[in-house]
Amino acid sequence: MITLSHFIVLGAVLFCIALASLFINRKNVIVLLMSIELMLLAVNINFVAFSRFLGDVAGQVFVFFILTVAAAETAIGLAILVLLFRNRSTINVAEIDSMKG
Amino acid sequence: MPNFNDILILLPEFYLVAAACLLLLLDAFMKPEQRPMLHWLSIAVLLVGIYLVIAGQPSQPVTAFNGMFIRDGVSEILKVFALLSTVLVFVYAKPYLLDRKLFVGEFYTLTIFAVIGIMLLVSAGNLITVYLGLELLTLSSYALVALNRDSRLSSEAAIKYFVLGALASGMLLYGMSMVYGATATLDLAHLHMAASHTGMPHLLVFGLIFMIVGIGFKLGAAPFHMWIPDVYQGSPTAVTIFIGSAPKLAAFGMAYRLLDAGLGDLANHWQLMLACLAVLSLAIGNLVAIVQSNLKRLLAYSTISHMGYLLLGLVNAGPEGYASALFYAISYALTSAAAFGVILALARAGFECEEIDDLKGLNQRAPWAAFLMMLVMFSLAGVPPLFGFFGKLLVFQAAIHAGFMWLAIVGAVFAIIGLYYYLRVVKVMYFDKPVEGTEVHLQKDVSVRVVLSLNVLALLVLGIAWGPLFGWCQSVFVG
Repeated sequence: MITLSHFIVLGAVLFCIALASLFINRKNVIVLLMSIELMLLAVNINFVAFSRFLGDVAGQVFVFFILTVAAAETAIGLAILVLLFRNRSTINVAEIDSMKG
Repeated sequence: MPNFNDILILLPEFYLVAAACLLLLLDAFMKPEQRPMLHWLSIAVLLVGIYLVIAGQPSQPVTAFNGMFIRDGVSEILKVFALLSTVLVFVYAKPYLLDRKLFVGEFYTLTIFAVIGIMLLVSAGNLITVYLGLELLTLSSYALVALNRDSRLSSEAAIKYFVLGALASGMLLYGMSMVYGATATLDLAHLHMAASHTGMPHLLVFGLIFMIVGIGFKLGAAPFHMWIPDVYQGSPTAVTIFIGSAPKLAAFGMAYRLLDAGLGDLANHWQLMLACLAVLSLAIGNLVAIVQSNLKRLLAYSTISHMGYLLLGLVNAGPEGYASALFYAISYALTSAAAFGVILALARAGFECEEIDDLKGLNQRAPWAAFLMMLVMFSLAGVPPLFGFFGKLLVFQAAIHAGFMWLAIVGAVFAIIGLYYYLRVVKVMYFDKPVEGTEVHLQKDVSVRVVLSLNVLALLVLGIAWGPLFGWCQSVFVG
């Protein structure tokens, strides 16, 4: 029997993977965009699971909004990434360090 | 079903969306030499927006679209000052943008969209509206930070802002999902009722922690402040001035909506969390600012410390605390706009005026600019009788009345430490010799000079006669 807690644990695991890859990754900015996406999907799992088990449809409506905004967010992120590559010819996270202190 | 009345309640927002779209179209079909008109049109659009907000002010709090949107005293005062500080931003930014060939319609449209985001956020009655308002504000800000497409620093600042901002939204959403799971509602008013008798109090507090992280990021409170210095330094000053002023009002509005309107019953949990954020912000902001040589970076760390003071007011968790925090947010938004306004007015093509050394001997070259900058620095430091002093006094008072005496003492100690780096700027301007072979002068633009002087004089006037504004702040939290 699959219960609510299975879904919540799945959401938490995905969220932690996303967080870890945001902080551990030192190579590629595109991986950062992917982990942000994964983080939002983990949240979506939570909302859908709660919505289903609480019998309240508002959570699923929220998921539609999150998906839409995530698409817009990724579009802007990729646009900034293109700018970054044009100005620096690299998207290595470790090299984005001209401002410090 | 949405009816005509709902639309009337949202009239300022609908109007601004329509106006922003029209400005975008106009920009596309405009000849380049007509573009200065766009500047005055945008300012007119915002001024009409202020009029609509004030004219349509309801005597009682009203909601629209089934409680998704609230229009009450808190949202009105935040909207008025957010629009007002954006008008200041537009006035100060024009010569800077012209000098750097950044004078494009996108700047105006994106800023107006960001302001619409602020207006939605401070009027939010539902977690969905909070999220949508926040994203409208931050997505526009990401694009604004990257406005200078050929600058290495600008694109670096934009990607850092984007990644950390998206992380913050993710945290906030995760918290919201937990709160939703514990209470089965997204509506803030229902949430307030459901929170007191939920079957899963631990889930609720777990969600609250994530939401506080998200709010901390948006406020720029330590330890979630990492983006602030880089974004302030890297983005064009014309954008820094916007990010440094109106969004702080939005962050206060968001904290108030989520923490008081939504989770007010958990105040005993979040008071202590906010107190920790406040102490860390005060310490990191004030101490790291001492070693900065870049003026924009110094103001960035000063922002972090000011968010610490704002949190002192929120820690009170009562009408007195919210009123003082609101007063502080308004005073900070106006002072910060003036601080960056002076930097913008001194910058010209090929000269950013963003190092503290650039201000050496400013008093001999541009005495009026030096005088304005001195008043701004004194206001930021909290020297009486300027605006910033009463803001600090009121938040300290609020913290003491809530039983956080130690917090007020920490705040006062760090205010004295902070005095050092503000006074250093004044010392450089008045007592150092100007560097030979350089030139600094105020912009010729008359509107910049007049509005900047009025802005700084307002800091003095509001510092002496702070009663009416604080009375307004208090009146919106009563009842």
